[in-house]
Amino acid sequence: MSDAKLQINNLYKIFGPKAKKFVPLVKEGISKQELLDSYNHVLGLNNINLTIPQQKVQVIMGLSGSGKSTLIRHINRLIEPTSGEVIVDNKNVLEMSQTELREFRRKKTSMVFQKFALLPHKTVSQNVAYGLTIQGVHEAQAKESSHIWIEKVGLSGFEGHFPAQLSGGMQQRVGLARALATDAPILLMDEAFSALDPLIRTDMQDILLDLQNELQKTIIFITHDLDEALRIGDNIAILRDGKVIQEGNPQEIIMTPADDYISDFIKDVNRGKVIRIKSIVTKGSCRGPNLISSLTLENALKELNKSKTKECNVIDEGGKKIGKVSLDSAIDALLKTNVSTNERYK
Amino acid sequence: MDFWTEIPSLGKRDLRDLKKGIDSAFRGFSREYGDNIEAFFDPLYYFLVWLEKLLIAAPWPIILFAVAGLSYLGSKSWKLALGSVLSFVVIGYFGMWKDMMATISLISVATIICIAIGIPVGILMSRYDRVQGAITPILDLMQTIPIFVYLLPVVMLLGIGRVPGLIAVCVYALPPVIRLTNLGIRLVDKEILEAADSFGSSYRQKLFDVQIPLALPNIFAGVNQTIMMALAMVVIASMIGVKGLGMPVLQAIQNQYLTLGLMNGLAIVALAIIFDRVSQRYGKRLQAHRYGKDHE
Ligand SMILES: Nc1ncnc2c1ncn2[C@@H]1O[C@H](COP(=O)(O)OP(=O)(O)O)[C@@H](O)[C@H]1O
Ligand SMILES: [Mg+2]
Repeated sequence: MSDAKLQINNLYKIFGPKAKKFVPLVKEGISKQELLDSYNHVLGLNNINLTIPQQKVQVIMGLSGSGKSTLIRHINRLIEPTSGEVIVDNKNVLEMSQTELREFRRKKTSMVFQKFALLPHKTVSQNVAYGLTIQGVHEAQAKESSHIWIEKVGLSGFEGHFPAQLSGGMQQRVGLARALATDAPILLMDEAFSALDPLIRTDMQDILLDLQNELQKTIIFITHDLDEALRIGDNIAILRDGKVIQEGNPQEIIMTPADDYISDFIKDVNRGKVIRIKSIVTKGSCRGPNLISSLTLENALKELNKSKTKECNVIDEGGKKIGKVSLDSAIDALLKTNVSTNERYK
Repeated sequence: MDFWTEIPSLGKRDLRDLKKGIDSAFRGFSREYGDNIEAFFDPLYYFLVWLEKLLIAAPWPIILFAVAGLSYLGSKSWKLALGSVLSFVVIGYFGMWKDMMATISLISVATIICIAIGIPVGILMSRYDRVQGAITPILDLMQTIPIFVYLLPVVMLLGIGRVPGLIAVCVYALPPVIRLTNLGIRLVDKEILEAADSFGSSYRQKLFDVQIPLALPNIFAGVNQTIMMALAMVVIASMIGVKGLGMPVLQAIQNQYLTLGLMNGLAIVALAIIFDRVSQRYGKRLQAHRYGKDHE
């Protein structure tokens, strides 16, 4: 049920009355600033190509104004593209008729919003059932299935409350339940937790990860918070001025940041907690004990230090040997704070 | 030198001919189609007369009961309901009961017409920028043109009586509902609309399920203003033969009957206050959910 292939090809978005006219200029490499200064058009997205892994969490990260919201809104076409395609299950969303698009939005995608965007005049239960009622599901039935989701996000007992009666965190649980209630395979989350306090944000991340374990949706998760991205993302794409400047799994991004912009992004991250030894494994074996490849540096350091040779073998989840790590390389990985120090080391 | 002191103008005779020409053309139009136009408004006339007769014929305790009930239902306030009933009793006691019933029926019908026309027009304006662009200047015109200027063609077409009076009232009172319906719908939070879209709402589903309910407080403020403006027109409407509290005021002005004018004037004010308070409270209750209170 929960699978849908999602691919974005050569997507451009320019804001302004004569957007189409400027696509060639953008292709030739005019910068966002130049386009704005000389032609008064805003470059929203610049040649986005992304293959989004199925049933995984794809994080899209970037500073404010980098085009994250614009990008996610192309997937369900809340924003019309200037050129390019968004392919879901072999169909180009950007070419669908209005009727096809409505059907697509009802069945394939659902969305969670930064400021919750709940319907203030409807109760929690009506809000959660909203997607279903739009599809024409009978009210009693919609209410019944919405109940399951209200329970899953831990809001039992609040069915009859109005959004204004709930705290921010609770409101976003309603937003999440509303999005899940339609059983759509693709879940779009635009800075869904950014408006929440740090503690509540962590709670919500836990809820999301738990649900994802069970539901295995294709999730596009937008955030400007690196810790959140590393915690949730199976894959991360980093946007800058409407362009994807790096894409990969969290380990790759931390270990080999593509440029200064990204180094800057990751400079405050707690590397000991984030980097796993599979990222620094080298060929060969040694006489030290076995460590599992998903171990974080922090935990590996103790073991490495205890080992006589200051080396350990690395095994994968199945117990197969895949190589070794040394204390030196672990400390190295811990200290490399950015590209430039990286270069100085060599 | 003449050129600098005298603005170039149409000759006196030309001007007279022009006015005469237009006048006679309109008169011809009025003679030709006046009956048809009157016939078109006949249902309105009958409805108005029916309501007026109904209110006047109804036993006064029943009316008082209805006033108490409606104002309580609208405002959920015993004080307001009691105040309304007391005002009605006093107005009746001073011999203005029938006129008050006539005025209430006029205001009610005018309000119903304004809502029936105003809300759909406001919705159209909110959906299409072009419609908004076309209608806004018409609304401006309706609100700034001196009432007597449009009273004249209406009277020439339909004569003197209730219907032309009603039309004049509606022309004057219609703009606020239209404007505030349009504004209310346009002010609905963009992210909420995106949410509705993202779940695949059709335009109708979005309109009736999201936009109108969320615009309701604004729409209702428009209705409230419309009622107030209709009441403000009562005296002027009586100049073209509309019965009600306005008529004695007009008489009082013409004959300098101070007490008569004051009494009827105060009665109009009392009605205005009652309508205003009740409808405002009702409008507030429509957005109770915003403050986290339970729905009633
Ligand atoms: N409707 C619009 N008209 C013009 N410019 C826009 C519009 N929407 C977004 N932009 C611009 O596009 C860029 C990307 O915006 P957005 O996608 O909202 O960024 P983010 O979500 O990453 O903060 C910004 O420079 C923003 O100003
Ligand atoms: Mg954004």
